[in-house]
Amino acid sequence: MAARGGTAAEPKPAHAAGAAISAPARAGRWLGPIALVALIAFALALPAFVSGFRLYQFTQVLIYAIALLGLNMLTGFNGQISLGHGAFYGIGAYTAAIMMDRWNVSYVWTIPTAGLICLIVGFLFGRPALRLEGLYLALATFSLALAVPQVLKYFEEWTGGSQGIVLTKPMAPFGLKLTEDQWVYLFTLGVTLVLFALAWNLLRGRVGRALVAIRDNHIAAEAMGINNALYKSVTFGVSAAYTGIAGALSALAVAFVAPDTFNVFLSITLLTGIVIGGFATISGAIWGALFIQFVPNWAQDISKAAPWAIFGLFLIGFMYVMPRGIAGFLHMLWIRLSRSAVGRGKGR
Amino acid sequence: MDILIQQVVSGLATGGIYASLALALVMIYQATDVVNFAQGEMAMFSTYLAWSMLQAGLPYWVAFSATVTIAFVGGLLLERIVIRPVEGAPVLTIVIVTLGLLVIFNSVAGWIYSYIQKPFPSPFPSTPIKIGNVVFGAHDLGAIGITLLVLVLLFLFFRFTTLGLAMRAAAQNPVSSRLCGIRVSWMLGLGWGLAAAFGAVAGMMVAPVVFLDPNMMGGIQLYAFAAATVGGFSSPVGAVVGGILVGVTENLVGTYVSFIGTELKLTVALAMIIIVLLVRPTGLFGRTVVKRV
Repeated sequence: MAARGGTAAEPKPAHAAGAAISAPARAGRWLGPIALVALIAFALALPAFVSGFRLYQFTQVLIYAIALLGLNMLTGFNGQISLGHGAFYGIGAYTAAIMMDRWNVSYVWTIPTAGLICLIVGFLFGRPALRLEGLYLALATFSLALAVPQVLKYFEEWTGGSQGIVLTKPMAPFGLKLTEDQWVYLFTLGVTLVLFALAWNLLRGRVGRALVAIRDNHIAAEAMGINNALYKSVTFGVSAAYTGIAGALSALAVAFVAPDTFNVFLSITLLTGIVIGGFATISGAIWGALFIQFVPNWAQDISKAAPWAIFGLFLIGFMYVMPRGIAGFLHMLWIRLSRSAVGRGKGR
Repeated sequence: MDILIQQVVSGLATGGIYASLALALVMIYQATDVVNFAQGEMAMFSTYLAWSMLQAGLPYWVAFSATVTIAFVGGLLLERIVIRPVEGAPVLTIVIVTLGLLVIFNSVAGWIYSYIQKPFPSPFPSTPIKIGNVVFGAHDLGAIGITLLVLVLLFLFFRFTTLGLAMRAAAQNPVSSRLCGIRVSWMLGLGWGLAAAFGAVAGMMVAPVVFLDPNMMGGIQLYAFAAATVGGFSSPVGAVVGGILVGVTENLVGTYVSFIGTELKLTVALAMIIIVLLVRPTGLFGRTVVKRV
């Protein structure tokens, strides 16, 4: 998909080569890192400008971005459609909540534990799901998403039933003068950066190519020596781990978990996020997260009576205008604007 | 024993409802290779239209046929206007568009008709029919009868009419069908229309049982997915058998397995989906699709 956007091979008329191309090409090479640094600086400075509910919304954007990145690994890069990632999000959130509430474990430890538990659950689920493709996998994961809230309610002793569990927000450590919301935001930002860096390394190299190869033609991939079964189930695990970590962070940010938060609509929202953000792209996770966090609110502002109808119109409209998602659209725009070989790799 | 038969009978009744929605799902899937997530919401919306007509004083069967007709035309138009522009796009794009339709229908219905539950009349007498110690609800029997009737009509349509043949051909091999002069794209539209019409029937049959509200189809759509999976997504007969199997199993397990009760009823349907997918991914009646590499 967007990964194939490189136009390096495009022949150029001889007289147009030289200065006309190399200037934007040089600019293009630096534009990525500069934009990245600017983005991180902006994200770090954000708590100084916004606070309260607005800051909480941005924390939520980061959390969604992690979950979307996880889902995009599985669905976008590896071609396994999941309608059940809300389940892993829920498992992660409950892992954190139970550890903090029942066992008084520090919140810092809940994040890796949630990731590890979801890694195992995801791997175990991904193993039998190897036999399923496309629609059938979508249905199997869909049923997972539906079952989780019910199961959570059933084990009332642990999960507090439909009442859920109320948590306290973590305090800033080392006597830093930060409010709890600000600290949760910065903590989430740190986790997000680490996870994005890991994913970037994973997906840009050999492993990423193997995943895309399996998606595009799994028989050819097998013939080239890729262990399909192993790659697919490990991808399922890693993807679930990302989403589980996002869930654990959301438990910290909201300071409350309840089974019905993790319903099937969450799974659908996540899937919507990766398609809107950009299928099989890393930057798409951020665009998608911004979309699913803010667009429902705008829809609410436009029409109090039927906000979801507006959201639905947005969804369909986006699919008409940008069938490859926001990241794909920006990538195309960049290629159009520069009209040269500089676009290579910007899609992610 | 009487309890067992009673539970089987009520399972059959709910199963009939699942079956009719599963049938609609399978039809769109067969005709277009798309699972329409908005199917249930389309059915719900049609049922509201029927309710409006009944409120206006139309006799039941007039409102019934008017609703089915409107649903057919509506489904056809939806395909032509909304789905057509993304016909060649990746499957996920189409899935997102149908999800968009789902939220739109749900929200608009809530906006026009509010979220308060409304009673919906049944065309069948309310006196139960008693045979021995087993009680049959007249509405349940009627719902099963109508489902079977729809299935027979559908079978006859696909088996014995030129149009039905053209639709099957368009789904199976679009390119060759196009070369034979079949308007493939319109066949897709017709598939949506038919599915919407059957969905409307399902909606009107289910509304007297669960009451009319914008979210009434949520759970049922799920069971319909389960039914279609159990029966096989490539077989209309499978959808009906699957629906009835799911309905009966759900009732029996809910009654006899104490730790499941009504709380984990939904989970049972989902366990069925997973077991069938693992043991026989194409479903009980589905054919394995052989793909050329």
